[in-house]
Amino acid sequence: MNMMSEAAVEKALDQKMNTVPLKMIGKDVSVYYGEKRALYDVNLDVRENTVTALIGPSGCGKSTFLRTLNRMNDTIDSCRVTGKITLDGGDIYDPNIDVVELRARVGMVFQKPNPFPKSIYENVTYGPKIHGLARTKADLDQIVEQSLQKAGLWNEVKDRLHESGTGLSGGQQQRLCIARAVAVSPEVILMDEPCSALDPIATAKVEELIHELRTNFTIVIVTHSMQQAARVSQRTAMFHLGNLVEENDTDKMFTNPDDQRTQDYIMGRFG
Amino acid sequence: MTDVTSSVQSTFQRPAQARRDIGIKKRYAAERRFQAYGFTAILIGLFFLFVLLWTVVSKGYTAFQQTTITLPIEFSEKIIDPKNERATNPAKLMSANYPLLVRDALVKALAIDPADKAQVKKATEMVSASARTQLRDIVVANPAIIGTTANVSLLAEGNIDSANKGQIDLTVAEANRKVNDQQIKWMGTLSESGALAKQFNTGLFTYGASSRPEAAGIGVAALGSFYMMLIVLVLALPIGVCASIYLEEFAPKNRLTDLIEVNINNLAAVPSIVYGLLGLSIFINFAGMPRSAALVGGLVLTLMTLPTIIIATRAALKAVPPSIRSAALGLGASKMQTIFHHVLPLAMPGVLTGTIIGLAHALGETAPLLLIGMVAFVVDYPGSPMEPSTALPVQIYMWANEAERAFVERTSGAIMILLIFLVVMNLGAILLRRRFERRW
Repeated sequence: MNMMSEAAVEKALDQKMNTVPLKMIGKDVSVYYGEKRALYDVNLDVRENTVTALIGPSGCGKSTFLRTLNRMNDTIDSCRVTGKITLDGGDIYDPNIDVVELRARVGMVFQKPNPFPKSIYENVTYGPKIHGLARTKADLDQIVEQSLQKAGLWNEVKDRLHESGTGLSGGQQQRLCIARAVAVSPEVILMDEPCSALDPIATAKVEELIHELRTNFTIVIVTHSMQQAARVSQRTAMFHLGNLVEENDTDKMFTNPDDQRTQDYIMGRFG
Repeated sequence: MTDVTSSVQSTFQRPAQARRDIGIKKRYAAERRFQAYGFTAILIGLFFLFVLLWTVVSKGYTAFQQTTITLPIEFSEKIIDPKNERATNPAKLMSANYPLLVRDALVKALAIDPADKAQVKKATEMVSASARTQLRDIVVANPAIIGTTANVSLLAEGNIDSANKGQIDLTVAEANRKVNDQQIKWMGTLSESGALAKQFNTGLFTYGASSRPEAAGIGVAALGSFYMMLIVLVLALPIGVCASIYLEEFAPKNRLTDLIEVNINNLAAVPSIVYGLLGLSIFINFAGMPRSAALVGGLVLTLMTLPTIIIATRAALKAVPPSIRSAALGLGASKMQTIFHHVLPLAMPGVLTGTIIGLAHALGETAPLLLIGMVAFVVDYPGSPMEPSTALPVQIYMWANEAERAFVERTSGAIMILLIFLVVMNLGAILLRRRFERRW
C-alpha cells in the first residue's frame, strides 16, 4: 500500500513536471576551446527542484555544458562561451555578475572525490567561512552537523570530525564533497559523474542522497550510466558530438525516445 | 560489427609451435646489467664522499685543539705603568710593554740567563705575539691586577703548536726547521711541569682574521655569513614566492611569459661570478654602497638564489593537484583565496626545500663575494651588515692560500664547520617538511 501511494506521488510529481518553474535557461550556448568548437547552440532548461541528467557518449560536450552553468570554464584560458545562460532570469555571463557569488549559488561536485587535505570539519566549514555565512563557532558547528546530515555522513563521522578528510573511504569522501557543497546553501548543485569512481554500494548511497537533496536543491548530473540516469533523474538530456539531441522526461526518454540516436545510445548500439 | 569480429577470429591462426621464451634471457641480463651499473655508480659516489670526509676530517680535527702555555705572569707596575699615571691617562694601559711581562715570566720559568739575548729571543718566540693583546685586555678590564701575579694561559706560537701536535718532522736538519732543538727541549720542560698543554680551541670559533694562525678564527666570517643569509632569506623568499605565484597562477600564457620563463631557467645556470660582476657594477659602482659589506654580499647572493627559489616554487605549485583548485573555485573561493588557502600550503614543503637548498648554495658561494671586495682582512666583528665583513667560504679560501702548517689544519677545520652548517640546514629543511606534511 505504502509503496503504491509513493509511486502514485511520484507519478503525480512527474505529471506536474511541465508546470515546474525554470531555474536555469540555456539559450544557444556554444563553447569553443581555442579553434575547436565543443558545443553547438545548445538550448537546455533546468527545472527547479528537479534532477536533470545529462547523458551521451564520451566527448559529447555534456561535462562542458555542465561547467558553463557555474562558469568553471572560465578557469581554462582558451575557453570561450557564446549564447546566454540565465539563473532566475539573470544572465550569468553578464560582466557585472560576480563569479564568486555565482558559484556560491551554483555549487559543484566533481568526478573524483576531492576533499581538501584538511579535517572533515574544516572541509565543510571552508565555504561558509569564505562567504561569511557563520559568525560564531556555534553557527559553524550547526552548519557542519546539518550539512553532514544532509549528505548522510553525520553518523559515520560525528566522532572524528577533526580527522583528515582524505582518510575516509572513496564513497564517504564523495559524500563529504557533497556536504561541503551543501554547506554554502546553493540553489543549484552540479554533479560531474559523481559516482564514476565509486563502488556499487557507495553509488547507491550517493544516488539515495541525490534523491533526498532534490527537495531542497536543483540538481544537474552528468552520468555515463543509463541506469543511474533512469534511477535518479526526472528530466534527461542526451548530447551527441556537441549537439543536444533530445531533452525529455526521463520516463519517456528511456521508454519511447523521440530521436533515433537516443534510442541507439540507450540500447547500447554506439558510444 | 559482430560479423566482422567473428570473421577475424576464424582467420586468426596461432602458429603451431609458439615460442614465448625468445629473448627472455637477454631481457633479464639487460635488467641485471642496469642494476649493476646503478649499484656501481652509488658505490663510486659513496667512495668519493668517504675520501672527501676522510681527508677533511683527518687534516682538520687537530684544528679544534690549541696548545697553550700557562705562565705565572707578574703584572709588575714598573713595566706597565712606571710613572703611575693610569688614573689620569688610561690610554697608557693600552700601549704598555706587555711582551716584556711574558719575557720575564718565560725567563723565570725556563731558568734562562736574562743576559743571553739570543736564548731569550728564541724563548719569547714560543709564545704567540697575540699575548700582547691578551694581557692588555686582562689589565684594561681589571686594573687592580697590577702589582700581583696571576697564572695566564697564553697561546703558543703556531709552529710550537704544530710541533706539539707532531706535525713537524723532527728528523729534518735543525736549520731547515721552524722549531729548533732548544725550543723542543723547553717544550719538554714546560709540558712536564704542566704549563704546556693542549686545550679545546674556542678561539677558532670566536677570533677574526689574523696573520698568526694561533689567533685566527672564523667567528667574524661566520657573523658575516649569518648577516648575508638573513638578507637572502628576507629578500629572496618573499620575492621568489610572489614571482612564482604570479607567473604560475595569474600571468597569461603568451610569448612574453614564455620568454621570462626561459630567462629564469637560464639565470639559474649563469656562473656565480657573473652575479659578482653585476653586484659590483650596480650595488657598489652605481648605488654607491660600501665595499665588502655583508649588505652587498647578501644582495648579490639574493640575485643568485632567486632563480633557484622561483624554479622550485613553480614546480611545487604545479605539483598541487588541479582537483584541489577546482574544489576551492567550485565553492566560490576567489583565485587569491584558492592559492593562499589551499595551493600554497600544499606547495610549502617544496618551497621550503627549494629555499633551503638555495640558501645552502649561497652559504657556500665564494666567487661573487671575491668581486665585491669581501676577501678582506677583517679582524673585528661587524656591528651591522653595512660594515666590512667577510664570509665563511671566503675565509677558507684565504686560509688555503697561507703557507704556515697551522693554517692547513685550520682550513680543514673551517671546512668541517661549514659542512656541519650545511648538514644542519638540510636537516632543518627535512624536519620542516615533515611537520608541514603531517599537518595536511
